[in-house]
Amino acid sequence: MITIRREVCGYCGACVSVCPSGALELIDAYLSVDSVLCKPKCKLCSTVCPLGAILRSEE
Amino acid sequence: MKDSYDILVVGGGPAGAVAARTAAEAGLSVLLVEKRSAVGVPVRSGESIGKDELLEFIEAEQRFIKAEIDSSVLIGPDSSKKTIHDGETIILDRKIFDRELIWRAAEAGAEIQVHARASAPIMEGEKVCGAVIEQHGKRYEVRAKIVIAADGIESKFAKWAGIDTTIPLDGIKSCAQYLVNDIDIDEKEMQFYISPEDAPGGHLWIFPKGKRSANIGVGILGTESADGKRACDYLNHFVEKNYPNGKITERSVGGVPVCKPLKETAADGILIVGDAARLSNPVTGHGIYNAMFTGRLAAEAAVSAVKNGNTSKEFLMAYDRAWRESDMGKEHERNCLVKENMA
Ligand SMILES: Cc1cc2nc3c(=O)[nH]c(=O)nc-3n(C[C@H](O)[C@H](O)[C@H](O)COP(=O)(O)OP(=O)(O)OC[C@H]3O[C@@H](n4cnc5c(N)ncnc54)[C@H](O)[C@@H]3O)c2cc1C
Ligand code: SF4
Ligand code: SF4
Repeated sequence: MITIRREVCGYCGACVSVCPSGALELIDAYLSVDSVLCKPKCKLCSTVCPLGAILRSEE
Repeated sequence: MKDSYDILVVGGGPAGAVAARTAAEAGLSVLLVEKRSAVGVPVRSGESIGKDELLEFIEAEQRFIKAEIDSSVLIGPDSSKKTIHDGETIILDRKIFDRELIWRAAEAGAEIQVHARASAPIMEGEKVCGAVIEQHGKRYEVRAKIVIAADGIESKFAKWAGIDTTIPLDGIKSCAQYLVNDIDIDEKEMQFYISPEDAPGGHLWIFPKGKRSANIGVGILGTESADGKRACDYLNHFVEKNYPNGKITERSVGGVPVCKPLKETAADGILIVGDAARLSNPVTGHGIYNAMFTGRLAAEAAVSAVKNGNTSKEFLMAYDRAWRESDMGKEHERNCLVKENMA
């Protein structure tokens, strides 16, 4: 699972564009993750984030 | 909001605004939905555009022009300077500029809804026939003859309709930018720093926004991004080193697609424009002009499709061919090759 640090996120959408499973979306003021769609072992979103706002916890 | 329109535009950036304006001017009924509460904020842009490029779409108004630049300088890893004069460049205030474009669309007769998010396409088989719109906690089903997907870097609408818009990590620049005030700069000169130390796989830019003020930003290749080596880290390092007394009054972050454009930018009932079609310049990362250009072309194709009563992919692919064969499309192809050779 990933953890989104809302207090860090800049609402930019970079992570959304690299997510292969469509699990991320900017909804209202925040980035949301669909934990059912998010793939284990993937960390593309947390890599690309310009601010480091997404933490990947070990499976 | 009505139940149906000729054209539904998803996204209120430059691509969507110009598309909506063009279609409305041709007499079609148009709804544009923008999911943010205010068009243009938070800003995700260095805000530069060629003066000629701007004038193709709107007259230059002082309200949204922050600076006029007459030279661009490339600064290499060895601090060597190379001046590239390629005509005048404008630095916009996108908060005002994006709203002005939306206002022009509204003036032309397009209906604008903000805080209105397209959350799913309405499909009949393979064909896009509208979208579910969520606004202020309510859900609406809006049908349209054609949907123009102008949803920028996220590009989820086309993805929901079955078109793969995912960007590979080596096809995106991860960017961070500050508006820095009270600094010594040449307000007529844009600077690009090309060095692996300042910005691996990308570049760092200084775009003046008038006297003693500039957008200073960094874009690094997605594959170079890691803990402690993110765009924000490179930016902080550069600003602390070079402008320690600068006053930061705005921070913006974003992703810029530097991959190839989508293989096809049209399907049954849908056209894809601007950043959603992955059409930023892969070398400079600039995409405002390409967004407006493809927004207008898509709207023209949509007008013709509605008038002919044919919104099939076959018919709408005329748009795809039109931008690829245009000067913009050819330059884009050249830039994609340049980017590949740089890698
Ligand atoms: C840091 C940075 C610096 C840049 N510097 C420059 C520059 O100097 N010059 C330049 O030309 N370009 C620059 N760019 C690129 C430029 O900002 C983009 O190419 C341009 O904004 C693309 O326009 P667009 O209309 O396609 O998308 P956007 O401007 O991103 O607009 C898309 C809109 O769609 C909305 N949206 C998304 N999904 C939905 C949905 N489901 N429902 C409703 N609305 C939705 C979004 O909220 C957004 O407002 C920069 C980008 C970044 C990140
Ligand atoms: S890339 Fe980072 S800053 Fe941008 S929306 Fe995703 S989590 Fe937020
Ligand atoms: S970890 Fe991978 S699958 Fe999960 S949200 Fe991030 S990019 Fe998407």
